[in-house]
Amino acid sequence: MDYIIILIAAVFVNNIVLSQFLGICPFLGVSNKVSTSVGMSGAVLFVMTIATTVTYLLNQYVLIPVGLDYLRTITFILVIAALVQMVEIILKKVSPPLYQALGVFLPLITTNCAVLGVAILALGLENGSLVKAVFFAISNSLGFSLALIVFASIREHLELANIPEGMKGVPINLLVAGLLSLAFLGFTALV
Amino acid sequence: MAEMNQKQNFLKGIIKENPIFVMLLGMCPTLGVTSSAFNGLGMGVATLFVLLMSNIVVSLVKNLIPAKVRIPAFIIIIASFVTIVEMILEAFVPLLYEQLGIFIPLIVVNCIILGRAEAFASKNNVLSSIFDALGMGIGFVLALTILGSVREILGSGSLFGLIFLPETANTFILFILPPGAFIALAYLTVMFNRLTSKTT
Repeated sequence: MDYIIILIAAVFVNNIVLSQFLGICPFLGVSNKVSTSVGMSGAVLFVMTIATTVTYLLNQYVLIPVGLDYLRTITFILVIAALVQMVEIILKKVSPPLYQALGVFLPLITTNCAVLGVAILALGLENGSLVKAVFFAISNSLGFSLALIVFASIREHLELANIPEGMKGVPINLLVAGLLSLAFLGFTALV
Repeated sequence: MAEMNQKQNFLKGIIKENPIFVMLLGMCPTLGVTSSAFNGLGMGVATLFVLLMSNIVVSLVKNLIPAKVRIPAFIIIIASFVTIVEMILEAFVPLLYEQLGIFIPLIVVNCIILGRAEAFASKNNVLSSIFDALGMGIGFVLALTILGSVREILGSGSLFGLIFLPETANTFILFILPPGAFIALAYLTVMFNRLTSKTT
């Protein structure tokens, strides 16, 4: 039951992009085509899950026992940066097709605050355990994918729309994101 | 000539290359913490401090860092200052620390800071980097404070916590909720573009 609540909360109620404002840069940056947004979603799912697993274990078995938890930010960002590089190298060797699909998005992920944000938020879960933290990361990346792909599909349609001169480009995208976020606000009572 | 350059380094961040309204960097904290003017200002000042310190350090050590590992090195420098800010806020302004929450450690991944380190401080001397950081930082503070003020005035009928509407007045609660952040920023960007395109 716990897990169902985490899933619904992360995907709909506290959507990581639309209500927690994490990962806005890729959300606005790589959402002009549905195909690229699917690639980005895959890369985020991959990295977020691995990063949360590693940072959770690191926090639990290294930082807390040694009493260095005030260095959390600095270690987490280093682990994530190193991990992204490693994933890139391994993927290139092991699965070239997957690398082809995700490759260009991987370097962008280091500065995706959703990855670091989820890694930190996962530590604060109630009755936290490794499984729960990993499940939390997967749920959040699904929420990210949902928001990103829906937004990209709307933007593809916007290209044909007749938009007032001053609203073209960034403002109309922000406005669309606002309306999307308004729609997600309707899920508030679900959990 | 040199003085002109410093003035330009300082001013470009505020209007012509404003990090929020023109370059759209650092959007996560911009949208996430601006539900009130005070939070916006607090986040802005914290980021300004990290940006200034990291620009100074990066421009000092730029010749010691091998080009291949410069990005990780910059990230470590930035993360150290973020940790300092985190501790200072927790000790002296616990209220703000609680309000900003997750967004304080996330200053590390604010693209403005890494962007300035990479694009400016790693190529220029200390003095220019200080002016660049101050200009960009103040542009960021201004943008966050304006966005926070607009959202607070519309959403809760107050400014910096001072309530100026009667209790019974209806406010647009939408503006302190997440969608309001996107919508308010959309219209502010339109206004900013309009104003700057007229002056130039």
